[in-house]
Amino acid sequence: MAALLAGFMFSCASDSPKEKRVKVDIEELSTVDMAEQGVQTARQIFYSLPSPLETALILKRSGATYNSEVLNPVENLPRYTTTKAMALNLGIYSTDLSYASLYDQTQASIKYMTASKKLAEGLGILNAIDNTVIERLEENVNNRDVIMDIISETFLNTNSILEENDRIAIGAIILVGGWIEGLYIATALVDNAKSADFELVERIIDQKMSLSNIIKLLEQHDDNSDAQAVLSDVKELGMVYDKIQISVSQVEVINDSSHVATLRGKNVVSVDPKVFQELKDKTNEIRDKYIM
Amino acid sequence: MRSVIIILLTSALAFTSFNGMAQCKNFAKKICRLELKPYTHDGNYNAAILSEGEDAELFKTFYAGQEYRIAVCGSESLCNVEFQIMDVERTVLYTNKTNGYKPTWDFKVEATQQLIILVKVCERSDTSQEVESGCVAIMFGLKTD
Repeated sequence: MAALLAGFMFSCASDSPKEKRVKVDIEELSTVDMAEQGVQTARQIFYSLPSPLETALILKRSGATYNSEVLNPVENLPRYTTTKAMALNLGIYSTDLSYASLYDQTQASIKYMTASKKLAEGLGILNAIDNTVIERLEENVNNRDVIMDIISETFLNTNSILEENDRIAIGAIILVGGWIEGLYIATALVDNAKSADFELVERIIDQKMSLSNIIKLLEQHDDNSDAQAVLSDVKELGMVYDKIQISVSQVEVINDSSHVATLRGKNVVSVDPKVFQELKDKTNEIRDKYIM
Repeated sequence: MRSVIIILLTSALAFTSFNGMAQCKNFAKKICRLELKPYTHDGNYNAAILSEGEDAELFKTFYAGQEYRIAVCGSESLCNVEFQIMDVERTVLYTNKTNGYKPTWDFKVEATQQLIILVKVCERSDTSQEVESGCVAIMFGLKTD
């Protein structure tokens, strides 16, 4: 009976939308050792996008400054009444929250956490951000590490509750909203491709690599019209990114005396200033549509 | 009577499946997330129930200048969980198999890279035993200072 239950449990999981989306035929993969073993099972594939916290960190490490004017005002909150709008803007506010927190903008952080809480509740994710979260933020205004940890925990709660309830398409839309916001903030802070903020320009161009993961992630949700609408927007952005060339060198692992390994490599990027402007405009257009 | 039994059995199985996912969430939150300290968890949730002999892959872009910790954790019911970090050509850059199946690895990338994380749950040599299933979580920590 236990074996029967276990077998059924796996079958049930496999029939869920998530499993249907993430499994690919092993024969499509070119792993030599797998071929040698003659394994005929299915492999689960995950596409991980940069979280709002990682996006904000990338911005800060690239030398971006803090500018509250580029954020989506919390006063826009009442506009978001559909599932798609709530999910996209939960992602957008999550990135704004992370960005504000990394620059020690405590009041803005509390404001964006409160807005995120309302959107999460609107999406039926009732326990992701409880009342104590805001209190903990207020109690730790001078402790950035604790604030980062609280934000990370709320993202994890949101993602895991959605996954548990088989609503991972919504989780994907939230992540894409957050990613678009990060791209918008970055492009809004750079005037042109030849700007002095070249590191920031490079990180904007690097998003071409995450874009391919976003497309594959959204394509897994072919039964969700909201995810497909977002996919259509992302593909338009992809058409602009297709005009940008990134040449990636072979990676070499360096293990020096520190406990942190370095993956040595070099990317050569090539972008026409007109294409960069096109990228800025397209990002702006999509983000404007999302924040309404 | 037969349909009542089917409904009851289906409900029990659905509950078992849901319960398995809930346990996986708790495992990721309460066990695996702690492996990331002192790095800050990025907030993403990547976990699945795998059986012995099964594997999974995760595709992720890692950004230049950022230091990461990857933690791959398997629940107690599973034997060793191996993870490999590969580049897009599927060249293995790191495997925890040669490091005593250590669940974490710290690294930074000089240039932004798309990497593949391959996770394999080992198979027991004793085939007379029942195949175990359990939660496997893949989590990422970020250095924030």
